[in-house]
Amino acid sequence: MARPKVAFFDFSCCEGCQLQIANFGEPLLDILKLIEVVEFREVMSEKYAGTLDVAIIEGSINTTHAIERIKGIRDRSKVLIAMGSCATIGGVNGIKNAFPLNDIAEYVYGGDSEYFESIQTMSVHQVVKVDYFVHGCPIYPPEFVAVLKAVLMAVPYDVPDYPVCVECKLNGNVCMYDRGVTCLGPVTRAGCNAWCIGNGNICYGCRGMVSNPNEKGSIDVIRRYGLSMEHIINKLEMYNKCRELNPHG
Amino acid sequence: MGENIKINIQHLTRVEGHGNIVVDLKDGTLKTCNLEIVEAPRFFEGMLRGRSIFEAQHITSRICGICACGHTLASIQAAEDALGITPSPQTIKLRKLLLHMEILDSHILHIYLLAVPDLLGVKSFMPLIDTHNAVVRRALRLKKACNDVCNILVGRHVHPIRATIGGFTKLPTDYDLDLMLKQLTDLHEDLDETIELISTLEFPQFQRESEFVALVSDNGEYPLLSGNIGSTNGVRMNKSDYKKITNEYIVPHSSAKFTRLSQDSYAVGALARLNLNCGKLNPKAKETAEKLNLANGSNNPFLNTVAQAVECVHCLNDGIKIIEELKATGIDYKEEILVGANETSTITVKSGKGVGAVEVPRGVLFHAYETDETGRILNADIIVPTGQNLANIEADMRALIPTIRHKSEEEITLALEMLVRAYDPCISCSAHFLDVKFVNRRR
Repeated sequence: MARPKVAFFDFSCCEGCQLQIANFGEPLLDILKLIEVVEFREVMSEKYAGTLDVAIIEGSINTTHAIERIKGIRDRSKVLIAMGSCATIGGVNGIKNAFPLNDIAEYVYGGDSEYFESIQTMSVHQVVKVDYFVHGCPIYPPEFVAVLKAVLMAVPYDVPDYPVCVECKLNGNVCMYDRGVTCLGPVTRAGCNAWCIGNGNICYGCRGMVSNPNEKGSIDVIRRYGLSMEHIINKLEMYNKCRELNPHG
Repeated sequence: MGENIKINIQHLTRVEGHGNIVVDLKDGTLKTCNLEIVEAPRFFEGMLRGRSIFEAQHITSRICGICACGHTLASIQAAEDALGITPSPQTIKLRKLLLHMEILDSHILHIYLLAVPDLLGVKSFMPLIDTHNAVVRRALRLKKACNDVCNILVGRHVHPIRATIGGFTKLPTDYDLDLMLKQLTDLHEDLDETIELISTLEFPQFQRESEFVALVSDNGEYPLLSGNIGSTNGVRMNKSDYKKITNEYIVPHSSAKFTRLSQDSYAVGALARLNLNCGKLNPKAKETAEKLNLANGSNNPFLNTVAQAVECVHCLNDGIKIIEELKATGIDYKEEILVGANETSTITVKSGKGVGAVEVPRGVLFHAYETDETGRILNADIIVPTGQNLANIEADMRALIPTIRHKSEEEITLALEMLVRAYDPCISCSAHFLDVKFVNRRR
């Protein structure tokens, strides 16, 4: 059987999720036996213009040129994977949506800002149909492998739709609220094995919110620990600002 | 090609981020010679306004996946400077180890995946899987080991979790220290072979007098995490005066801000560091520099890749030394930091200004923040190494083209691509702040 043709495309992002894949080490060569990588600009000079079995998209959409480009990729791809927070939920690029566009452009580029075409940040699925999501900033390597397996076997991959707290409790971590700090674990999709909390940090919500967050429970927690709603919303906006563009996104 | 050369390389490959090379030589006169940066702007400095200083590290790490730890360390240094916090000796040691791992990891990526394919005459490492399988495996092994050490030290290399203002949210156990030490000692053989490989490669011969800028210090240590800013033209300044070093300016054909110091441009990065601080490398790295003919410095930008190889040896050996020292003294776990510390006021916030200047893989990186009395960021300024190198890359291209104009279009294109790649440009980083050129963007 011919190996499926796979291409990586980067939009607005730090390209760290591609690096997560490069960091697999020698097992990467086993993955490369199953797929044929035909385009990957960051590490390859080869280009490919034909039909793709799988397109892997990194980064968010924030220029009109990017909209056209992602539509073109979608048209010639049988399967499209959004990889990493920037692609799946807009990620930190979405913070800019909290500012008037011309204000933030002027702050960074001064009088030349008019030349930097920029539109509100969007996740990939807010522009084209996405078949598989690999959430996270950066992606969690075991989940990427799980999604790739699902793609190669042509079966769906279900992103966990329960909060990070579930994995966090299973790992036996002390709750960050009990340690006196705010954590977005209660409303954020699991699937990362509570990566940040396991390392003594808090959850920043990089995988996006669960589809049905326990709002009442969260409000109770916020009250019990005497935290302000504004503080929580500010924290949520670090990764989840683009959600406002499409509440179901 | 001769008198008329027109080259337009769109979306240069094997660099981090999106850039174009545009050259127009007409009747023997160089009309255009630009490295265009077409990465979509992300407005990081603008996005930081109004956010807590304790979030700056988390957000700015996302500027770049390759130098995530470098941005983290520069951001933390600037924030601590603004808040008036002095890190403990243990914290400084762990940060130095982290920086060594980042530099080693990034240099390995550049040497093997981005630069070596050109020197072996292939388009990427993919064909090398069949022709040079052992080389590819070695590269992936080296890269994974750096990544594994970072996993232990800070949770992961891409967007580190444990490094924060004040120190680390979790400190390595004795077992972790042993594990890291083993990972690194096991790398000696692979790194020796890397140096062998580099010594067999033929780099283009090209010289141009450049000013080199890097951190300098008065002690015997090869300065990476801290120091003053110095140049090969004898400039020396405190990091708080970084703007007097970078002197950003607008060029007529572009809105890209370029930088200059004593000359029209300057270079930062591994070669600049070696040119300024070669004598301070650890013994094994000094030996390597001599073996690779870099002990007296060089004006050939193509040799930046070789300088990176020398630094790999330094970072590995100094990294091992740090872990051995930590094992000898033991880790003080009382220093573990609780994040979001501003919420419980364990770290006092105040209004202030701070600057971080850190040598990251591609050169010196500056972060500068101004905060209000509640610790919210009022202003942020970030100047990345690639931004500082752009003017120098263009100056090199202008000097290189006349010497190769008799060659074929393919050869000229490759030579220019190799030159740009030698600087290991991180275009994502640079475009996020200042260097987006608009010639092709106005519609």
